[in-house]
Amino acid sequence: MEAIEYARPNTIDDAVRRLGAAGARVLAGGTDLLVQLRGGYTRPSVIVDIKGISELRRIEQTASGFRVGAAVAGAELGAHAAFAAQWPGVVEAFQLIGSTQIQGRASLGGNLCNASPAADSVPALIAAGARCVIAGAGGTREAAVEDIVTAPGKTTLAAGEFIVEFLFATPPAKTGDAYLRFIPRTEMDIAVVGVGVCLTLDGSGVCTAARVGLGAVAPRPLLVPAAGAALVGTTVDDAALATLAAAASAACNPIDDKRGTIEYRTKVAGVLARRAAVAALARARGQ
Amino acid sequence: MAKHHVSTTVNGDQVEFLCETQQTLLDVLRDELELTGTKEGCGTGDCGACSVMLDGRLVCACLVLGVEAEGHSITTIEGVAKGNDLHPIQQQFLDDAALQCGICTPGFIVAAKALLEQNPDPTETEVRFWLAGNLCRCTGYDKIIRAVMNAAAKMREEA
Ligand code: FES
Ligand code: FES
Repeated sequence: MEAIEYARPNTIDDAVRRLGAAGARVLAGGTDLLVQLRGGYTRPSVIVDIKGISELRRIEQTASGFRVGAAVAGAELGAHAAFAAQWPGVVEAFQLIGSTQIQGRASLGGNLCNASPAADSVPALIAAGARCVIAGAGGTREAAVEDIVTAPGKTTLAAGEFIVEFLFATPPAKTGDAYLRFIPRTEMDIAVVGVGVCLTLDGSGVCTAARVGLGAVAPRPLLVPAAGAALVGTTVDDAALATLAAAASAACNPIDDKRGTIEYRTKVAGVLARRAAVAALARARGQ
Repeated sequence: MAKHHVSTTVNGDQVEFLCETQQTLLDVLRDELELTGTKEGCGTGDCGACSVMLDGRLVCACLVLGVEAEGHSITTIEGVAKGNDLHPIQQQFLDDAALQCGICTPGFIVAAKALLEQNPDPTETEVRFWLAGNLCRCTGYDKIIRAVMNAAAKMREEA
């Protein structure tokens, strides 16, 4: 068997070149790739470790918002006080992934590109309206997070493309985000349902914008426009929350497995969407 | 392709080793450097028996490639005691009988030390959450949690 090569490029261009090889795989935190390697599910020709590229490792606050490198680990993002203050929902979602040990390594880009429908950070990123900067042979391009995953293990990234960083636009005043997931135990589990909500209020407490991301209830994480629309123009009262819950449940197309039946996941999606919206509302109000 | 030649720091010592790309840091520690204190429970990041510090951050050695260690600094269970003097957490595990078969113990001690260095006065809940990625099939956890809480108290007194 051919030996697996290892490359640790220091520039995006160099990484693009190395990832152009057939059978190349990206290594960021390694918490998915090393498990697949060990299990014999993947046998790359070359492993391209992208952690040597400074753009992938930084958290930067700019005039328009935050840029977060795709290889930044959960523990690092959570320790960034300014980011955590602006996007508590993104941080709480990211930090639900695995144990303390996993948090030291697992990356935001990896959680997205592993393309699990149940990835915890993804519904929160979708709700936050985060965008990806993607590098490839043709240069860089941008895409919304909800446009990346297409099916379990499948993404819209072309061969050789990889995510450099995530862009978070500075939200308007009175914006709050939150992420909730349901698991059958208290820790260390994969979402049966995950919901991210981000909403903005005006001066009189009327919702002017809302985005809802849903995970683990369809072959891919979803943006649910109807659920967000249910809140806009309302004070996020009971009636609006009931409409939001119904829209979230209606968007579900889940699998039926030992961790949750179709009926159960569909119902819980509505309940959790409502609770996540209430949590986001409290944050938007500054409570 | 030839093996990778890696230079790194382990427990303060400069070390060099050769490894193949797919060899994990855990494989290298145990098989190349003969530091067998770090245990393999699962090899997939689930049990925490392989916990080590990588540049001051707690990680699973089974989820790091050996070649990634180049230029970094690693601390394993072998680096926790000072010569013959056990670390207070190690001593407390003995005093409180917080182990049975012991395979999980090095991982628990490395992880607990990482916690107490950043939070010298954790609540029991904080200890349990921090150690949620360390599995023990023998003790039922209670003695481990108590040993960490007791060690934390003693370390605060001594500080
Ligand atoms: S051996 Fe690494 S987590 Fe189990
Ligand atoms: S003492 Fe046996 S696994 Fe913990």
